Amino acid sequence: MEWETVIGLEIHAQLATRSKIFSSSPTAYGAEPNTQANLVDLGYPGVLPVLNLEAVRMAVRFGLATGARIARRSVFARKNYFYPDLPKGYQISQYERPVVEAGSLEVVLEDGTRKTIGITRAHLEEDAGKSLHEDFHGLSGIDLNRAGTPLLEIVSEPDLRSAKEAVAYMKKVHTLVRYLEICDGNMQEGSFRCDANVSVRPKGRAEYGTRAEIKNLNSFRFVERAINYEVERQIDLLESGGKVVQETRLYDPDRGETRSMRSKEEANDYRYFPDPDLLPLAIEETFIDAVRASLPELPDEKAARFGREHGLSDYDAGVLTASREMAEFFETVVRGLGGQPKLAANWVMGELSGALNKENLEVTHSRVGAEALAGLLSRIADGTISGKIAKEVFEAMWAEKRTADEIIEAKGLRQITDTAAIEQAIDEVMARSPGQLAEYRAGKDKLFGFFVGQVMKATQGKANPTQLNELLKRKLSG
Amino acid sequence: MSLHTLTVAEIAAGLKARSFSSLELTLQLLGRIERLAPQLNAFLTVTADRALDDARAADEMLARGAGGPLTGVPIAHKDIFCTDGIRTTCGSNILANFVAPYDATVVERWRTAGTVLLGKTNMDEFAMGSSNETSFYGPVMNPWDVRRVPGGSSGGSAAAVAARLAPAASGTDTGGSIRQPAALTNLTGLKPTYGRVSRYGMIAFASSLDQAGVLTRSAEDAALLLGAMAGLDERDSTSVDAPVPDYVAELATPLRGLRIGLLREFFDKGLDPQVGKCVRDAIEALRDAGATVRDLSLPSLPLSVPTYYVVAPAECSSNLSRFDGVRFGHRCEHPRDLQDLYRRSRGEGFGAEVKRRIMTGTYVLSAGYYDAYYLKAQKVRALIAADFARAFREVDVVLGPTAPTVAFELGAKTSDPITMYLNDIYTIGANLAGLPAISIPCGFVNEGGKDLPVGLQLIGPHFAESRLLSVSHQYQLLTDWHRRAPPGYD
Repeated sequence: MEWETVIGLEIHAQLATRSKIFSSSPTAYGAEPNTQANLVDLGYPGVLPVLNLEAVRMAVRFGLATGARIARRSVFARKNYFYPDLPKGYQISQYERPVVEAGSLEVVLEDGTRKTIGITRAHLEEDAGKSLHEDFHGLSGIDLNRAGTPLLEIVSEPDLRSAKEAVAYMKKVHTLVRYLEICDGNMQEGSFRCDANVSVRPKGRAEYGTRAEIKNLNSFRFVERAINYEVERQIDLLESGGKVVQETRLYDPDRGETRSMRSKEEANDYRYFPDPDLLPLAIEETFIDAVRASLPELPDEKAARFGREHGLSDYDAGVLTASREMAEFFETVVRGLGGQPKLAANWVMGELSGALNKENLEVTHSRVGAEALAGLLSRIADGTISGKIAKEVFEAMWAEKRTADEIIEAKGLRQITDTAAIEQAIDEVMARSPGQLAEYRAGKDKLFGFFVGQVMKATQGKANPTQLNELLKRKLSG
Repeated sequence: MSLHTLTVAEIAAGLKARSFSSLELTLQLLGRIERLAPQLNAFLTVTADRALDDARAADEMLARGAGGPLTGVPIAHKDIFCTDGIRTTCGSNILANFVAPYDATVVERWRTAGTVLLGKTNMDEFAMGSSNETSFYGPVMNPWDVRRVPGGSSGGSAAAVAARLAPAASGTDTGGSIRQPAALTNLTGLKPTYGRVSRYGMIAFASSLDQAGVLTRSAEDAALLLGAMAGLDERDSTSVDAPVPDYVAELATPLRGLRIGLLREFFDKGLDPQVGKCVRDAIEALRDAGATVRDLSLPSLPLSVPTYYVVAPAECSSNLSRFDGVRFGHRCEHPRDLQDLYRRSRGEGFGAEVKRRIMTGTYVLSAGYYDAYYLKAQKVRALIAADFARAFREVDVVLGPTAPTVAFELGAKTSDPITMYLNDIYTIGANLAGLPAISIPCGFVNEGGKDLPVGLQLIGPHFAESRLLSVSHQYQLLTDWHRRAPPGYD
């Protein structure tokens, strides 16, 4: 039987506010345990939550950027359950009336087709603290620094049909929240993570299959692997006559498999009800207008403009706008170069990205800045060096942090365009290689490459390749 | 000179005139508390050292000619308000050793106004009760008859003020917890509009109903103290940004032209006839003074008790989840695992009534029951509020009894929660609608050879505290019920 996969993602984006969503504690990551938790975060008797408007502003930014409806009136609700790292015994979230509803995002799939993914809702909520089970000799440690950190939970429609689509969508959201400057997107620190709802059904059937929810996936790779594993598990189960049970599963990255955490029967009854400590959140039209006016150029708009202004392919435009910083880097190179966007694109996506990846650096920390790269590319454009030499220069720039011109001068890499000098080198090579010359002239054309190589070697690669080709052809043919 | 009978206004005048010092007054009251409080079980913590420090500081200020009308005035706080460095139990075993590291807004504001803190008063556990019998620390006795309850949940505050151990005390009112004890102990008890006084630092029972207020021996005193506690607080999102009027200045508003509405539903067959008689006499007195009186009906009002007993437990079941033995409060010995820690810490920490309400609340919020109970209760609540709003288009205040009977005997209703809950039948409506309401003394009923006080309740539209206080004050100028002290405590 042919199966169809159905996936919906719940992405948790930690909002980049300075203080917590309902208290004045700072949100900075990595502080000593329990040093960033005040009485409100600790859930002390008598304390009350006060909403951080900055978190609301960020949620509205996200809503506007995804063409969603901004609820003029949304409601905070309590999600009740007991856990030691949940100080109040409930999490303040939004349930029936979220702040953002009915948005969408377009993703470009590998084959270049575009697909619109629906966003059911995005709601504001507070994060819980952390339970630490190691290093306490049979006891558990509680760190409440993270308790009360603002989250935007972004819930997609079950529109995704493969792990790859899910990853493409998640990357798109990741790009967007960073463009909007509402989330730092740091997945290692847990600032951006997701739960995946996965089910399968016989192809062509309208009803959804029973789903499993895979919790807390904090890398794109894990999302892809976990979903693929889970899809295979469910298909195997169904094909062998079994049934998928609705449950929560955990992904174990070491074993590359998902395993059951709790079944539907064991699931908590969260007893949601409106939080009486917080008034309904009323959002005025003027507030929305002000947020709209402050939105930056969004990734899709930017990619379209790159296509239009710089003549880039959809793919290149997509890669170069994947982050605001990358796009800005690219445009700075183009400006410095005074045009030649294709050359700039190739270099930013090729040599530069390669070097960044090798050292796991963000483009903002590149050892070769955008102006410096533009300087290098100018030397290709004006014929001072060849593309091949440029790669050597780039490597030196990366290592030594000097300008392209300094390196070209210091290493004498300037291209040889003097016809006489190239001819002299050719003559010397021909004189040294009478055998090969005879064979070439007898019709063994392949040996042309041998002569190019020898001359390049003699000129340390500096001979202008076009000139060399022409001169060599003439000389060899006698 | 015996100073314990003085009202807050009289104390303010006496201190200003330097007739006595705050220290002198405080010492006298501490002496009375030491002598008389134990037989009433009114205080959970007496803060004698703090009181003496406060009094000395107040005297210094007064000597410099500084300070306001409350500088040097001794008060007590219901033990539901967090007090920095002083134990706050909320009447529960689960907070037996809890010392809050901060002051509630009410505590902070009264302290800033220069009051002297005598101690923390007994109360029903987590304010859940109408007789002060659910306190882990034992019941409070009514000074008018120590075999009887003082009402609840602010029973300790009521007994302390009625017995002249303190001129005034704070209270909280979720379903009548200020007004009903005031009625049963011959005090003036004001529950302000929801949002008028900050709830920050007040341990939550039912957040959408809880409101802080005062128990005093006159409306004038209530006006003085409300002015010092009301107003916006950025730390409480439900506190309202409305100007705080000069409640004392507005006491002078005359009764003439006042439009009073009598709620048919308040004079039902559950009302003790003798209590009803006292209330009717009071109505006549008000009519004689120039008020007009008309009958009104609030058809949804009889639904207020069942509505309240869905909404309040629902909120309490969630509010009390934080008492889990993890960060503060009682923790059981040697928990085997997490579930055991929760079960035993909470099982040992909470009393029967609190458990009953947590279970009720958990039930009404459960999947499958939410719509039938919680959601429906919220709809009825909206109807009750709309009924009141309609009434206030025709009258300025609504009047009726505060409680259906005078103080009942200890243990009389503890075995039947429903009978106990019906004590709040006249008071709950104001909480559900968020309205201000006041109970003032209006007579006595003799039972078993003891004179037992009767309370008259006035309910006003939102933020009509001034009106409630001026009507009460004008009535108190005409009558002297409120001046009577319990025998042996005068």
